[in-house]
Amino acid sequence: MSLFSQDVPISWYLLLSAVLFSLGVVGFLIKRNLITVFMSIELMLNAVNLSFVTFAHEWHAVKGQIFVFFVMMVAAAEAAVGLAIIIAVFRARATLAVDRIDLMKL
Amino acid sequence: MNGALNLWLIPLLPFAGFLLNGILGSRLPKWLVTAIALVTPLAAFGVVLNAARSVFGVAASLPYVETCPIPWINAGTLHVDFSLVLDQLSLVMLLVITGVGFLIHIYSVGYMGDEEGYARYFSFLNLFLFFMTVLVLAGNALLMFVGWEGVGLASYLLIGFYFKKDSAANAGKKAFIVNRIGDVGFLIGMFLLLANFGTLTFSEIAIKLGQDPGWQGGVVTVIALCLLLGATGKSAQLPLYIWLPDAMEGPTPVSALIHAATMVTAGVYMIARPHVLFDHSAFALGVVAIVGAATALFAATIGLVQNDIKRVLAYSTISQLGYMFLGCGVAAYSAAIFHLMTHAFFKALLFLAAGSVIHSIGGEQDLRKMGGLRKKLPVTFWTMTAAVFAIAGFPPLAAFFSKDAILYSAFLQGPGGRALWFVGLVTALLTALYMFRLWYLTFMGESRSTEIHAHESPWSMRGPLVILALLSVGGGWIGIERFAAFLAPATGQRIAQSATPHLELILSGAAVAVALLGWLIADRLYRQKPAEPAQVAAALPGAYKLLANKYYVDEIYGATLVKPLLGFSRYVLGWVVDIGLLGGLAWLLGGIAMFAGAILQRWQSGNLRSYAAWLAAGAAAVLLFLVVPWNSVWPASIEFIWKVAGH
Repeated sequence: MSLFSQDVPISWYLLLSAVLFSLGVVGFLIKRNLITVFMSIELMLNAVNLSFVTFAHEWHAVKGQIFVFFVMMVAAAEAAVGLAIIIAVFRARATLAVDRIDLMKL
Repeated sequence: MNGALNLWLIPLLPFAGFLLNGILGSRLPKWLVTAIALVTPLAAFGVVLNAARSVFGVAASLPYVETCPIPWINAGTLHVDFSLVLDQLSLVMLLVITGVGFLIHIYSVGYMGDEEGYARYFSFLNLFLFFMTVLVLAGNALLMFVGWEGVGLASYLLIGFYFKKDSAANAGKKAFIVNRIGDVGFLIGMFLLLANFGTLTFSEIAIKLGQDPGWQGGVVTVIALCLLLGATGKSAQLPLYIWLPDAMEGPTPVSALIHAATMVTAGVYMIARPHVLFDHSAFALGVVAIVGAATALFAATIGLVQNDIKRVLAYSTISQLGYMFLGCGVAAYSAAIFHLMTHAFFKALLFLAAGSVIHSIGGEQDLRKMGGLRKKLPVTFWTMTAAVFAIAGFPPLAAFFSKDAILYSAFLQGPGGRALWFVGLVTALLTALYMFRLWYLTFMGESRSTEIHAHESPWSMRGPLVILALLSVGGGWIGIERFAAFLAPATGQRIAQSATPHLELILSGAAVAVALLGWLIADRLYRQKPAEPAQVAAALPGAYKLLANKYYVDEIYGATLVKPLLGFSRYVLGWVVDIGLLGGLAWLLGGIAMFAGAILQRWQSGNLRSYAAWLAAGAAAVLLFLVVPWNSVWPASIEFIWKVAGH
């Protein structure tokens, strides 16, 4: 309870969440390294988690917190699969530059 | 008569043979194929004989009807069943079809023994018997049409049996297509029957016609003429006879069975079966008679100059079918059916004997290369002789009685009938002439070719020849009066007007006289002075050329019908409609898709980040749309722009 003190208004949390999400988007768009892109996705996910928690606290609804657990769980699974794919791609192509991995291009 | 006759077995037995030999034939040993092929028609013949025994043995209650309990078509007011009808007419036809058919099956075992596609041949032959018996037994026009089309199919398959030969394949197609033209007439006739009588069952049509005397001429004439068109197609009458001579490309037993004895007589049967329709239209009957007489004369003249032994017989068949139509046209249906029966005997025999000749001299069909075969092929010679004398109309052989009955009936029909009788008489002269020409050229004199080493055919071929020869000799002894009296319940009784036996005798004498005359002319031209035919031909070059080229009918049809149709198909339907219209539409649709694809494929760059950028931009746009209160923003922003613009 001490963290969410009454002195800090809810909009700050939301603003932080938006900033983090935007950072994630920008990172996703401009970074070339596949691992960095991957980390950007995690950043976006956690920015969303922050807003979930904020709203759950604000409206005293536990559902938002449960959602966060779900997101974390899926993110963990996704990280495992994603990293495996990245390793496989690296073995096959000897590069992690997303611009080069375009075999599906017409 | 109370016991079931099991009519359904008659068509289905050969059908079973067709299925067995058609599906398994190539894997079965040859003796088994032969056994299946022979047993099924024999069994069908047995069923027919059993039916005949019941009919003759007990006071017959014909017509005997057998109907499949499952209805075939049941739509609104239209009810059609699989119903088989046995009456005097169909009984005679069945005896001929299964009897002669079985003999020809036996003959085929010898004739086709060394051929490739032995099982295929017999499965088609059985298939033909199936459809032919369906045609004859059918109790309504639609089921008859099934058999009608089916025998056309079997005919097509068997004409084109040697399908590797172009001429055979083309002859099959020609037969099929020409028959389709006739079938259009049959179909329209059926539609008109349905529209006017509401039924396709022959017995019901007869009852309705009998109840109302108002059915006279008019629509009945139209129906009868449509049916006649169908009959001219199947029975090779003018103007649709052109397919039959070409049909000789098929194996000779097929020519004997399908294109002489049975299938081509289906047209005669198809007029005799619903004969009440024709009886109600004097005009249609007249047309039938004229078509018949004209065809008889026309084909006989062509037959005079043909050099292919089978083609002579083909034109002879067309000519004899013309006699049958003439008989139908003067309402002497029983005489027509009588001639149909005797013709089945002697024409099947002629074809089989010709086949025996061809078989024994290694496939040669040209009369000019034969000659002197009398000593080498004694059985063939004697049976052929019986058939030649029979067809020429010498008493007491079969055709003397049947042809006589037709000519006599024609003569009784007033002045028009006498003209028809005279045409028939001239045809009889020509018949004797071309048959004896064939006889002399084949068997008499010296052999005209050194390459030919004749040997008599096996007994499987000689046996049917002998049986058919006996039938050709004795087939007419039933006598037209007894035959007509037997058929009367089925075909009406209009022949028994022989009030003047004196006249009948004179007419018979005339017929025999012209037959003798024909023999004498042939004897002079082809035995005594073999050089003379060429001189006659040289003296009449125009006439000879006209006949040798079969009156150029094929050429005329080719130029006036086939060519324009082909041109229309190729240029109008092919280029304008197919390539232009339909092709253009396809190209248009394809072009639109390709154009749209060319634009859309730019998004599919394969660049992950560009996808992500589009995704983010889209999400931003949706968010913007949802978050911004447009109702207040729009007026305000327009006002702002308005102000900035300096107003």
